[in-house]
Amino acid sequence: MFEHGEVSIRPLETTELADPRTVVDQLRGRIQALEGGPTRLSVPMSPALAGLVRVRTGGVYGVDSATLGLALAAGASQAGEWVGFAGWDDFGAEAAQQQGIVLGRTVLVPSPGEHWLEVTAALVDVLKVVVLRPPGGVDAKSASVLEARLRARSSVLVVQGEWPRCDARISAERVEWEGIGHGRGRLRERRAALVVRGGRGMPVRAEVAL
Amino acid sequence: MTRTMVLWCPDWSVTAGMLELADSDGAVDGALDANALDTSAPAAVLANNVVTVCNAAARSEGVRRGQRRRDAQARCPDVVLLPASPDRDARWFEPVLAAVEELRPGVAPLRPGLLAVPAPGRYFARRGLDGEEAAAAVLAEHLARAGVWDSRFGAADDLYTAERAARQAPPQGCVSIPSGDSAEFLRGLPVTVLADDGPEGAELADLLRRLGLVLLADFARLGAGDVANRFGSYGSDVWRRVQGREVTRLASRTPPPELACEISFEPPLDSAEAVTFSVRTTAERFVAGLAERQLVATSVRIEAEFESALGGEGVSTRTWLHPRCFTSRDLVDRVHWQLQAGMATSGLRSRKSTGETITSAVTLVRFLPDVVEPAGDHAEGLWGGGAEEQVVRGVARVQAMVGYDAVRVPVLQGGRGAADRQALVPWGERPVGLRPLERPWPGRIPGPAPSRVFAAPLEAEVVDEASVAVAVTARGVVTGEPWRMRIGRHWCPIASWAGPWPVDEGWWLSAGSAGSAGAGRAARFQVVGVDGRAWLLRWRSPGSWEVEAAYD
Repeated sequence: MFEHGEVSIRPLETTELADPRTVVDQLRGRIQALEGGPTRLSVPMSPALAGLVRVRTGGVYGVDSATLGLALAAGASQAGEWVGFAGWDDFGAEAAQQQGIVLGRTVLVPSPGEHWLEVTAALVDVLKVVVLRPPGGVDAKSASVLEARLRARSSVLVVQGEWPRCDARISAERVEWEGIGHGRGRLRERRAALVVRGGRGMPVRAEVAL
Repeated sequence: MTRTMVLWCPDWSVTAGMLELADSDGAVDGALDANALDTSAPAAVLANNVVTVCNAAARSEGVRRGQRRRDAQARCPDVVLLPASPDRDARWFEPVLAAVEELRPGVAPLRPGLLAVPAPGRYFARRGLDGEEAAAAVLAEHLARAGVWDSRFGAADDLYTAERAARQAPPQGCVSIPSGDSAEFLRGLPVTVLADDGPEGAELADLLRRLGLVLLADFARLGAGDVANRFGSYGSDVWRRVQGREVTRLASRTPPPELACEISFEPPLDSAEAVTFSVRTTAERFVAGLAERQLVATSVRIEAEFESALGGEGVSTRTWLHPRCFTSRDLVDRVHWQLQAGMATSGLRSRKSTGETITSAVTLVRFLPDVVEPAGDHAEGLWGGGAEEQVVRGVARVQAMVGYDAVRVPVLQGGRGAADRQALVPWGERPVGLRPLERPWPGRIPGPAPSRVFAAPLEAEVVDEASVAVAVTARGVVTGEPWRMRIGRHWCPIASWAGPWPVDEGWWLSAGSAGSAGAGRAARFQVVGVDGRAWLLRWRSPGSWEVEAAYD
C-alpha cells in the first residue's frame, strides 16, 4: 500500500517543464539541427539523475549497474520515445516499470549472441536510447562504427560494461539499503553515492535515492 | 419463366441424429458417410417425451408421430431414441448443401432436410426423359456418393408446389409438375398433407377433415370471404395457393466468400528466400481480399506443404497472432520465420523449430484467416503513427538477423516470485495466458522490484555462524541466523537480511508434471551482503538455496 505511493509519484515529476533552461537548451539544439550544425540535443532525464548528468544524443554513457541503466533510459521513455535493451538476459520488467520505463515502448533483445554489434546498430537506427550489455571486450573499431551511427541517427547508447570511450561514466561508489535489519523489515530504499567521471574536468559526486 | 426444384430428405432429424451418433462413436471420421451406419435400425427423435420424427423402419413397427416415449418403446423395444436438436440437424445438412452447390449454384436452404434450387432447364434432357428428371437423377447420384441415400425431388413453377411434389416422389425419384398445372396438382392432394407445414397446418388439416373436406379441391371451392373469416391468415394463404393465385419464388443463398489464398510452386522451391519472394503477391492478394470486405485479419494460419524425405508429403502449420492486424509485409515475414526454422540449404542459422520442421522443398503455401475483425476497428489514427512504423520496420530487421523470438517485449503479470511476475513476449505476438495482475497474490514481496531477474536461478548456499546450513521449518521459522552466503563461488558475509516470506505453491502437482518445477514449500529472503549488494534468495524444501533475482 505505502510503496505504491512512493513509486507512482515519479512519472508525475518528469512531465513538468519546471526548468526553463532545459527548454531553452532543447530549442537551441533544434535550431542548430535545422542550421546543419552539430546535433547534440539533450535527452530528458529521470528526476533522480537530472542535475547530475546531462545526456546528449550521439553520446555513449557507461554505467556499472542495471538500475543505473534503467534510470538513464527512463527519462526518454517517459517523454514518449522508444527504448531498447540488448544483451539483458535478466531484464527485470517490474523494476523497469517502477523506474519509469513504459514497457509498451520497450524492445528487448535478451541474448543477441555473436551478432550483438549488428543488432545494436539496427536498434540505434530506430530507438532513442539503447542500453547495451556487451558480451565481452569491445575493440576500438567496432566502437567507432557504432559511435558514427549514433551521431548520424541522434541516439544515445548506454553501456553496462567495458567501452573504449565514454562521454561520461556513472558508477556507484557506495550503496546502502534502508528498511532492512536482521530478520525484520524489508528493502525499502537504496541510497547510493554516485560519481560521474566526464571526459574533462573533475568527477562530480552526489548522493541519490534510486 | 424459371422453375423451381426442391430436394427433400425425409425424416432428416433422424438421419442427422444417427449420423452424429455414428460420428461420436468414431465409426465415421468427419465425413458424411452413411455406409458405416445401419440406416435400417428403427429410430425416432423425441421432444418433450413425444415422438416428433421417426424413420421408415420405426413406422413399420407402429411408431407414429405424436406418440409418447413409453408407447413408442412398447411398440418397438429396440427403437433408437434421439433428442431433438435443431442445431444438429442444420449442422449435418450443411454438407448436403455443399454437395448440391457443387453441381448447381444458387441453393436456397428452406429448413434442415429441405432445400430448393432453380430447376436446371432442358439442357439436361435425354431421350425419353425430360430435363428435370434427368437433372434430379444426376443430383441423386451425386448425393448418394456423398452418403445421402434418401433424397426426393419435386419440380414446379413455384416453391410451394415443388415442395408438395417432392413429398409425393419415390426415393431418389422426381415428380415434375408441368408448367401451369400447379393449382390443379395441389387440388388433387388430400388435406392431410398440410400437416407437413407444422402445428398450424396440422390443426387446419384436422379441422378440414372434421368438416368433411377430403381433398384440397373441396377447400378450394369455398368462398374467399368465408375462408378469411373462418380459417385465419394461414388458411387464406393455403386457399390462394390452391387457387393458383399466389406464387412463391425462392431466394437463393450466396456462397460464403473464399478468403483463403494459396500459391503452389512447380518445381518445388528449396530455399526460404525464394519462397518468401514468391509469396509476396499472394500475401497482397490475401490482404486485399479481406480489405474488399472491410475486414482485417488479426490471426492467420499459415500452412506450408513440402515434399517429405520419404517421398510423401508433409505440412507445417502454425497460427500467428498479430498485436494489431496483418499487412502483406507481416505475412511475408511470418512465412520466412516459419520456413527458416528447418531449411538447411537456406544459409540461415538454424533456430528453435516451430511446429513441424521443414526439411525439403516447399510445394505450396496457404494463408487461412483465423480471426477477422472489421477494418474500422484497426484504422490508423488521423495523425498516423510515423515513428512507431519506423520502429516496427527496424525491429523486423533485427528479427531477420537473430530470429523472430529473439526480440521480446516485456509485460507484467501476476505472481509471487520475481520471475513469475513478468513475461517476455516475442515481438509481434499477442500475449496470451497471462496471470491477472490485480489479484492480491499473498506471499509476494512488496517494495522495490529487483532489477535483474534470472531466467534460470543461480545456485547458492546460506549458513549460520556455526557454518550449519540455514533452513526454514514447516511453521515458517528460520533455524539459524544467516551469517554467510555463497553465490557462485564467492563467499560473502551477510550484513542484513529480511524474511522469510514462506509460500507453498503447486503442492497439488505430482513430481514430473508440467509446472511442478516451482512447486513445493519454499521461503524467500532478501539478503544484503557487506559489499552493499542485495539479493533475492529462495530456500526450497527439503534444503537448497538459489538466487532468484538481484537488486543491482
